[in-house]
Amino acid sequence: MVTIGESVIRPASRLRFILDRRDVLGSFFVAPAILYVLLLVGVPFLMALYYSVSAYTIYDPSWSFVGLENFEDIIDDPVFRQTLYNTFIFTFGSQILGLILGKFGALVLLRRFPGRGFVRAMIILPWAVPIALATVAWQWMFDSLYSVINWTLIALGIVARSDAPNWLGDPTLAMLSVIVVNAWRFFPFAIVIFLAGITAVPQDVLDAATVDGAGFWRRNYQIIVPMILPIVAIGLVFGIVFTFTDLSVVFLMTMGGPVGATSVLGFQGFQTGIVSGDVSHGAAISLFMVPVLLVVVIAMLRFIRRREI
Amino acid sequence: MKRISTVKILQETSFYGAVTFFFVLAAFPFYWMLITSFKENADLYSVSNIPFWFNAPPTLEHFRYLFEKTLFATWLLNSFIIGLCVTAITLVTALPAAYSLARMTGRNGEALGIGIFLTYLVPPTLLFLPLSRVVAELGLQNSMWSLVVVYPTFTIPFCTWLMMGFFKAMPPEIEEAAIVDGCSLFGAFVKMAIPLSLPGILTVVIFTFTLTLQEFVYALTFVSSSAEKPITLGVATDLIRGDIFFWGEIMAGALIASIPVAIAYNLFLDRFIAGITGGAIK
Repeated sequence: MVTIGESVIRPASRLRFILDRRDVLGSFFVAPAILYVLLLVGVPFLMALYYSVSAYTIYDPSWSFVGLENFEDIIDDPVFRQTLYNTFIFTFGSQILGLILGKFGALVLLRRFPGRGFVRAMIILPWAVPIALATVAWQWMFDSLYSVINWTLIALGIVARSDAPNWLGDPTLAMLSVIVVNAWRFFPFAIVIFLAGITAVPQDVLDAATVDGAGFWRRNYQIIVPMILPIVAIGLVFGIVFTFTDLSVVFLMTMGGPVGATSVLGFQGFQTGIVSGDVSHGAAISLFMVPVLLVVVIAMLRFIRRREI
Repeated sequence: MKRISTVKILQETSFYGAVTFFFVLAAFPFYWMLITSFKENADLYSVSNIPFWFNAPPTLEHFRYLFEKTLFATWLLNSFIIGLCVTAITLVTALPAAYSLARMTGRNGEALGIGIFLTYLVPPTLLFLPLSRVVAELGLQNSMWSLVVVYPTFTIPFCTWLMMGFFKAMPPEIEEAAIVDGCSLFGAFVKMAIPLSLPGILTVVIFTFTLTLQEFVYALTFVSSSAEKPITLGVATDLIRGDIFFWGEIMAGALIASIPVAIAYNLFLDRFIAGITGGAIK
């Protein structure tokens, strides 16, 4: 029946017939998105891989192969080793601080109180507002002369004007500052993730635990935390990936300074590859992010798979 | 009896103390933006004045300067055009892809969906070197159109994932009924699935727009001439002359650019979370 009908109808209808097959139309639908991503993420990624083993600079755009020379160069460079170390400190410092703030913030927002909607709306802001703009506001708050933080410390008599901290000029304080700003930017996201997880815990489970004699902390750490772990893990993956590869906060607040104390991988890749035009070394620096990204992504995939079983 | 009420008062006080702490922590930098942008310079650059309030009458001087003497209006327009174009590209590619992955491709679709989402995690700082070459090859260096080409690399994966969650949550019987009634598969998508997922599409539009506003790294890498900058880049890097920061103008610009994003996020937050977790957790 079908073959007879098919031979009679015109080509236009034949196209319609093909498009009515679920798998064919499905492939048509998904193809543009996949092509776009392959061309502008997949291909550039391979290019980055090749840059890192070539002698490519913007002044000498040859593609000559130099093997692992670039990697040897940057590993020998103490500035790079410092950068790698900084990146880990920056990432884990701000994630831990962000998670702690997020967990307690979620506990606070869980309770009903007058004005909760407004408080929640304001608490979301650090995560919503473009990070570059918020960072500039923090830079102004950390200003060496007109810092509002220092003004408050002086007014409260905690420090004297003569030895007020120079937040972005001292290596340790500068690292602390960029960590605080990044944690500040992520804690609303952590709150939202924790809230989504906690409200998904069935109330009868909690009631049963209460009847069995579990107190606040016990309910918290033996029931709620294990149950929300998968969703928190996904939030943490986002946090780690975006912090480990960050450029904006460091670029705008400290320019990696003072003397490289806050330089992170993204920043150094930018400085070397774009500003100095040494593309091959810049690519090699950026590629040091890949192992961490892989670990994080594999962890995430395992979590998703575990949910499915 | 009396002891219990003391404990209660203590609990309440510490609770509201915690609320205040989080509120101030989150909101103070924005309050600081607000008050800085309305202060006179003489009031701003003085260490003896109390900085938390106006010591001289508020002024619109910084806003006037921003619109009359800088390219602020151009940056606003650039960001708007970029947002509009990227949203269009994203909708055209991500909607069918999400529908296909949710409904048409079965088990492979699931894996493909996760694969697309993972590309969202590939960071700009890994790709900006090769992409700046791609942008140069396309003849778009130093032009805002380079951002229109590049931004969909993260909005498409993100929105495909978000829409997959929305399509999965929709009962398939509705489209099946349309097909039984003589609608083609494509027709069922256009006439049933899309209208029914309008709330999801609206979420995608809002978030694509805000993602383009929030982006900084690609803009910094590809665009260096002032007239082509999007607003975030312009405000953060273009209001500095030598070593002098125009703090009043910078904060005024940051404030104007932040407000729409802040409102959009608050209105769509619940849908956004449902989309993210709905794709990951069933």
